[in-house]
Amino acid sequence: MKFEDLTPDRAVDPWGYHTVRIHAITPEVADVATYHLGFDDSAIAAAYRFQPGQFNMLYLPGFGEVPISLSADPRSSTTWAHTVRSVGNVTQKLARSKVGDTLGLRGPFGCGWPLHTAEGHDVVLVAGGLGIAPLRPAIYELLRQADRFRSLTLLYGSRTPDTILFDHELPDWSQGGMSVQVTVDRADAAWSGHVGVVTLLLDRLPLGTPQHTTVFMCGPEVMMRFVGKSALARGIPENQLWLSMERNMQCAIGLCGHCQLGPTFICKDGPVYRHDRLAPFLNVEGL
Amino acid sequence: MNSSMSVFLAKADLQLLIDCLAEQGFEVIGPTVSQAAIVYDRISSVSELPQGWTDRQAPGEYRLERREDDQLFGYVVGPHSWKRYLFPPLTTLTTADLTTNGWQMRAADDNPPKYAFLGVRACELAAIRVQDKVFLEGAYVDPIYQRRRQNAFIVAVNCTQAASTCFCTSMETGPRCRSGFDLALTELPDGFEVEVGTPAGEELLLQLPTTPIAEQQLADAEQRRQQAVDQITRKMDTEGIRDLLLTRLNHPRWEEVGQRCLSCTNCTMVCPTCFCSSVEEVSDLEGQHSERERRWDSCFNLDFSYVSGGPVRRDIRSRYRQWLTHKLASWIDQFGSSGCVGCGRCITWCPVGIDITEEVAALRKDAP
Repeated sequence: MKFEDLTPDRAVDPWGYHTVRIHAITPEVADVATYHLGFDDSAIAAAYRFQPGQFNMLYLPGFGEVPISLSADPRSSTTWAHTVRSVGNVTQKLARSKVGDTLGLRGPFGCGWPLHTAEGHDVVLVAGGLGIAPLRPAIYELLRQADRFRSLTLLYGSRTPDTILFDHELPDWSQGGMSVQVTVDRADAAWSGHVGVVTLLLDRLPLGTPQHTTVFMCGPEVMMRFVGKSALARGIPENQLWLSMERNMQCAIGLCGHCQLGPTFICKDGPVYRHDRLAPFLNVEGL
Repeated sequence: MNSSMSVFLAKADLQLLIDCLAEQGFEVIGPTVSQAAIVYDRISSVSELPQGWTDRQAPGEYRLERREDDQLFGYVVGPHSWKRYLFPPLTTLTTADLTTNGWQMRAADDNPPKYAFLGVRACELAAIRVQDKVFLEGAYVDPIYQRRRQNAFIVAVNCTQAASTCFCTSMETGPRCRSGFDLALTELPDGFEVEVGTPAGEELLLQLPTTPIAEQQLADAEQRRQQAVDQITRKMDTEGIRDLLLTRLNHPRWEEVGQRCLSCTNCTMVCPTCFCSSVEEVSDLEGQHSERERRWDSCFNLDFSYVSGGPVRRDIRSRYRQWLTHKLASWIDQFGSSGCVGCGRCITWCPVGIDITEEVAALRKDAP
């Protein structure tokens, strides 16, 4: 499994934006939509690449800039999907935007999911809420190369049945060879699936050999703490647990200082980390 | 430094140094007195230097006092550092204009002057070196810093005295200027011992009426520099400090210092290496033009760590811990050196006199 070298060019101004245009908007669940962005400059579009797990800085002039993970197939060629929950000033403005509107984009930034480290392994993806968005490009990539992995499993926790993201795609992923299990915190009358936190799914998941299992997780920090504990309790080696972190980010290039966690800058050393690298800092309150 | 490299410049000829730099197109920045403190500002004349002034510094205390002589550099460092010129407190990064074809963004115009810094101390040379690593030597290069730094001409000055807050000897950054300058001066009663650090410095020196330096003058300069070393009493034990701090994240001392700290951000504003910034949106009223502005920020601000669920570092204890562990420990992971150069500014300018060296000593003691 080969990854392109996406080391940034140090001669390029890292503050520079490309103009992108909203080509389509897919409403997902309440307050969440996927924005399909295309570059105005076709040369940039042709050269743009990202790895699953990386993010872009999206800039809405007059409002500000937010880090948003790429959420679709890394082999897209015309538009680039970003799945966004409208919670703040900038994302609410984005939610009011229309197809054809322009915004600024810098990126991609950060390091992606190291899928190649899981070759030959049972691969378990654990997602909580919107945390499935940064995992979605990895899902496409894993399914495309499914024969390189022993098994593929997605454990996905959502608050309620009506906040399950990409639910129309879950059957496709199952058919493609991925075992998909969804759990909700609070069920409704129509729900017949799992109820409870996603960690419970991991606790109950039959594992072939823990030594050959790799976990990629993304979700609220508290979820990832417990998933980490559960995985370790199941005997999965700590260096085969990977998580994607979130902090305040204002530059994405390791210069503004906001996203530090312990010795690392989440924007450039992360957002994807090997569990053992962050473990000493994950359980310290207010770090 | 080979002392045979050094020459003597008469005090009356220091003005020629400033004039030569100005003629070469440099904007000369040097120490000057403003609002009862020695700050770095644009100067064109030796008369603007703080001649005959010195500073008395202690935790939470800074006072200018008259000297008994007319030394030009008879003080240590004040609230300013050179970072305000290399990494300006406020910069416009990009501009955005709404056109018929949507938003068009471009880099903001940025044509900084060529700076010549006069009076850079050893700890400050070290601080510039630290910020070079941050802004120029990582995965990304900051063009704002780069444009200012690449043309800067540095005239260092060796300290001949120390403040009670100085601890550069512990951080191995001074007080002797050893590298990172174009020229380095040591002030004598009637002139300067001048050392050359770069070809550019040598070239400038050729235009000045220097004379060979006498053995006695060299000995005098050395003695004055030694005086600064001898006056430094404050110490920080840096042995194993990275592991020490990062394994004591729940030490009770954090709570104690968190009770004293006002979270005022002074320490981070005066620190010559602190580089955190926020990037803010500034737009016109019509929504047609907008700019990204970078402004110095501080990890002591509550919203510094804000994420959608609220700030990560809610109490002052955790914000002080972030500052200290970053400065002295995780900086080593990030940039290969300490973020502290021992200048003592954070001690002097802390309104409640929190002393970084005292905090480290307390953290070294085992938790009770």
